[in-house]
Amino acid sequence: MTDTVLSIEDLSVTFDLHQSEVHAVRELNFSLQAGETMAVVGESGSGKSQAFLSIMGLLAKNGRASGRAMLGDLNLVGMDKNRLDQVRGKDIAMIFQDPMTSLNPSLRLKTQLSEVLVKHQGFDKGKAIRHAVEMLERVGIPEPGKRANAYPHELSGGMRQRVMIAMALLCQPKILIADEPTTALDVTVQAQMLDLFKTLTEDFGTALVLITHDLGVVAGVADRMMVMYGGRCVEKGRTDELFYDPRHPYTLGLLHSTPHIAHRAARLDPIQGLPPSLEHLPKGCSFHPRCAFCFDRCLEERPPLAPVEGGREKACFYEGPMTYEAVA
Amino acid sequence: MNKMAPNLLEIRDLKKTFGIATGLFSRELTLTALQDINFSVRQGETLGIVGESGCGKSTLGRCILQLIAPDEGQVLWLGQDLTRLPAEEMRKRRADLQIIFQDPLASLNPRMTVGEIIEDPLKTLRPELKRAERRARVVRVMESVGLLPEMINRYPHEFSGGQAQRIGIARALITEPKLIVCDEPVSALDVSIQAQILNLLSELKDEYGLTLIFISHNLSVVRHVSDRILVLYLGRVVELATGDEIYGDPKHPYTRALLTAVPIPDPKLARQRQIESLQGEIPSPINPPSGCTFRTRCRFAIERCAEVRPPLEEIENGRLVACIRWKEVETERAPLAQA
Repeated sequence: MTDTVLSIEDLSVTFDLHQSEVHAVRELNFSLQAGETMAVVGESGSGKSQAFLSIMGLLAKNGRASGRAMLGDLNLVGMDKNRLDQVRGKDIAMIFQDPMTSLNPSLRLKTQLSEVLVKHQGFDKGKAIRHAVEMLERVGIPEPGKRANAYPHELSGGMRQRVMIAMALLCQPKILIADEPTTALDVTVQAQMLDLFKTLTEDFGTALVLITHDLGVVAGVADRMMVMYGGRCVEKGRTDELFYDPRHPYTLGLLHSTPHIAHRAARLDPIQGLPPSLEHLPKGCSFHPRCAFCFDRCLEERPPLAPVEGGREKACFYEGPMTYEAVA
Repeated sequence: MNKMAPNLLEIRDLKKTFGIATGLFSRELTLTALQDINFSVRQGETLGIVGESGCGKSTLGRCILQLIAPDEGQVLWLGQDLTRLPAEEMRKRRADLQIIFQDPLASLNPRMTVGEIIEDPLKTLRPELKRAERRARVVRVMESVGLLPEMINRYPHEFSGGQAQRIGIARALITEPKLIVCDEPVSALDVSIQAQILNLLSELKDEYGLTLIFISHNLSVVRHVSDRILVLYLGRVVELATGDEIYGDPKHPYTRALLTAVPIPDPKLARQRQIESLQGEIPSPINPPSGCTFRTRCRFAIERCAEVRPPLEEIENGRLVACIRWKEVETERAPLAQA
């Protein structure tokens, strides 16, 4: 697994407001290998979606990205739209939480699906439609030939999300970015979708970026994970390491905030306070006002993202034991 | 929670249908949202109601509060049937039965200050109170939900989702209710805030001696807060048992499938786990399957399941299951992942 398909270097995203600017993402660095699943975890406003929208050239008009997102020797950041259109949907695809707003309500599925193949692969219409129907079958849509004639509103939420995935996979992209793909779905449908993602990464070698707030989903499918807070990566490493031995207090806090179905705790240990506003990030470590392990240095100096051991990284000065008992 | 505690609320043979007009000249179709609903809520317990989209869980919550009038059946509040109460009487009763909604901001009037929003129910339900006394109560309840009293003159848009939900909770608490229906109260919140609100609800429950009905699609959350859990499928109760029984030893095939699909925030357990994935999708409530409505997706289904509607039976002390094959299912069961 050393086949790097995407390499992000110093990616930052800034939005211009009337009087000021807001840094939604700052100095993000990571690389993605073929066939792996990387989860990007964080709460609202952590920058997890904006980082990937910027790679796809989908930022709002007042947003701009800097840094590099290398897909082979192409830098996606700042690429002109025409050039980007040759890559998007072909080498890198993205799906969103709400499939209804991502599908064109006035086109039959076969029309919107085959369009991609005609554009990127130069297929004629008939071949494109046959291919689209095959892909619908692969993502588990029953009677795909018949369903291809349907309009999006005629399908259930789970089916629509499958259609989105089918569309994203038509050109067999190297990278699929899924932004909260199962959040709007029922648990039984969610389980089916996560299963489908596993098959995809295994069979097609697609690298999957799973943007989510749900640690349960991460535990089930991700090989590696990256935790974001206030626009920055605060911890990254292998999923098991971060779950069983978190080194950043925010990662620990998220784990303790998540109810666990297999054992019922008397109460949860939530992180105190509220996520910060990106316009007024605290000085020093932006997590310090909510941190149980915070000390003097954290108020003044921002901890850099630095290697721990075993290839993991964290952005925290605290080196003591990481349990709440230790500070109680 | 005391198992012997008296019943605060009893639901008997509740049924709710909605008419759906399909077109100008076509006949109206009937969607059965709830049918044959029977259960009771004990004083001081938290009853969780779980099920997937469209199973009727929110409709059930609203039928209990008479925000939607059920077609048939009784909603007995301390023995008194709320469905037959005149509107004026029901209005008074609302001091005892309150609700918290999913979308905290959408459920607060944007033109009222926080103080006015929280105070409002008192004006209708406790008209004898003087303004100063009402304000004093607002301040007290704001403090107990973790809102600073100096926020009293602010407007809802100045608050984050978690704080807005605290306002919603304060508004429900102000009338000193006995029962609160919580309809997906944390679903719109971030994980860390969700945990804060769940802890707050459990503290308030002890402090005010509340009884809660907690409706959610998130089974981990329901497991965390509930004493007993009611599982709905397509408008019917399929299982009702204590949280430990449901999660440790689910009897109904649907409950089992639902539980194995819940993501576990533990990578090793998640990998070990066998998911009993369900085939197909939930059938339409306009034209539900005959017999057991779950049979079309049930891997234990036999011919007889299509013929008889499985009754909700007590299989052991207070445990209810609606499946004619629960004993056979039992012998075939694979253990769920245990911590």
